[in-house]
Amino acid sequence: MKIVYYVNQFFGQIGGEEKAGTPPQYVDKAVGPAGGFQTLIKDEAQVVGTIICGDNYFNEHKEVALKEILAMVKDSGADLFVAGPAFNAGRYGMACAQVSAAVQKELEIPALTGMYEENPGLEEARSEAYVIKTGDSAGTMRKALPLMAALGLKLLKKVAPGLPSEDGYFAQGRRVTVFSDKRGSVRAVEMLLKRLAEEPFVTELPMPVFDNVPPAQAIADLSKATIALVTSGGIVPLGNPDRIQSASAQKWGKYDISGKKALKGDFYTIHGGYDPVYANAYADRVAPLDVLYELKEEGIIGDVYPYFYTTTGTGTSVASSVAFGKEIGKELKEAGVSGVLLTST
Amino acid sequence: MVKEIERYGIPIIHMATITTISQSVGANRIVPTVAIPYPVGDPSMNEKDEHELRRDLVLRAVKALGVNVEGPTQFE
Repeated sequence: MKIVYYVNQFFGQIGGEEKAGTPPQYVDKAVGPAGGFQTLIKDEAQVVGTIICGDNYFNEHKEVALKEILAMVKDSGADLFVAGPAFNAGRYGMACAQVSAAVQKELEIPALTGMYEENPGLEEARSEAYVIKTGDSAGTMRKALPLMAALGLKLLKKVAPGLPSEDGYFAQGRRVTVFSDKRGSVRAVEMLLKRLAEEPFVTELPMPVFDNVPPAQAIADLSKATIALVTSGGIVPLGNPDRIQSASAQKWGKYDISGKKALKGDFYTIHGGYDPVYANAYADRVAPLDVLYELKEEGIIGDVYPYFYTTTGTGTSVASSVAFGKEIGKELKEAGVSGVLLTST
Repeated sequence: MVKEIERYGIPIIHMATITTISQSVGANRIVPTVAIPYPVGDPSMNEKDEHELRRDLVLRAVKALGVNVEGPTQFE
C-alpha cells in the first residue's frame, strides 16, 4: 500500500524562510518526517513520495497550490495521505489542514495530519481529516509520529479508528453509534450518583463552552475620559513598517498619533480581505481619528490615547485574536485608558 | 480582541458592519456601521456630508461608552 506525504520547505529540507515561496514539488522518496513515519510503519506500507511546498507559496496562492498538490496526490495512487505534523506553526498548519481536508473530501483518500490545539489550521481540517494532537513545537516530533503512524495504519487497513481520546486525535464533531453493555438510563443514574458523591465522571455529550465577558462599567464622565482607537481593519503607516500580515495576522502594531488630527495621508490599509481603495484614499473611514480629535477639541471627550493599535482581522485565528486582545488590553489598562473604540471591516 | 480588552474592565464599543459576528463573539456594546470597506464613511457622499455621517457614528459610539448595559446591546 502506498502513502504520500506532505511537508513544508523547512521539513522538506529545501531551506528556511527564504525558500517559503517555493511552489509544490514531488520527490520520489520519504523526506524529513516522512522518513520517521516510514520507519514506524515498517514494511506494512511504503511512503512512495513526499510533496514539498513553501508555506508562503501555499498561503498566498491557495487555489493554485491546492490544485497542483491534489493532482500530485492523485497521480501517485496513494492509499493514505499524511501531512505534517505542523505543531503550532500557523502557515504550515493552514497548509496541512487545507490539503488534508481537500484530499479527504475531493479524492476520498483517507487523510491524516497533526497539530497543536491552538493551531489556526485545526478548525479547517478536523471535521474532514484526522488531526492528531501534538505539542506546540517540533521538539515533540518523537511523541507525535508514533500516534500518527498507529492511526495511519488503521486507516490503511480500513479498521475503524477508536474514540478521539483513545487514538489521540481531535474530535471531529461526529456522533457515531457505539454499543454499550448498559442502557442509557443506567449510565445516566450512575453518572448522577458519581456527581452527587463528587467523584470524577466523564460526560457522553460535552456541551459547547460559551465564554461571555460581563459588560464593563460605563464611563461616568466622558469629558474626562481618555479614549483609545483600535482597529482590525489593517490600517498602518504608509510602507507598513512592522510588516503586519495582510491576512492571518501574527502580530499587531502600535503607532504614535499624539497631536495628529487625522490618519488620512499618512496611513493606508494592508488588509487583504476588502477593497482597499476607499481606506487608502481616507484611512479615517476605517479608523476615525479625525472625528475623535474633533470631539476632544470640543471637550466632549477628555483625550485621545496617544497610541493607535492595529492588526488585520481577516483569516486571523481566534487564538491569535485572543492573544492580541490580551496584550493590547494589558497596555491600555496599565495606561489608565477609560474606554476603547474598536472598528472592524 | 473586543472581549479580551473588556475583560480588563475597560468599556469598549465595537463599530462593525457585520453585527451578527460582533454579537456572536460576545461584544457588549455595538454600533452598526456603513459597509465593510468603509465602516465609518461613504465615498458616494460629498466630503461635508461624509464627515457628518462619521461624526454621528463616532459620537454615538463614544456616548455608548457612558451607558451601562446588561448584555450585548446595539446602539442604532
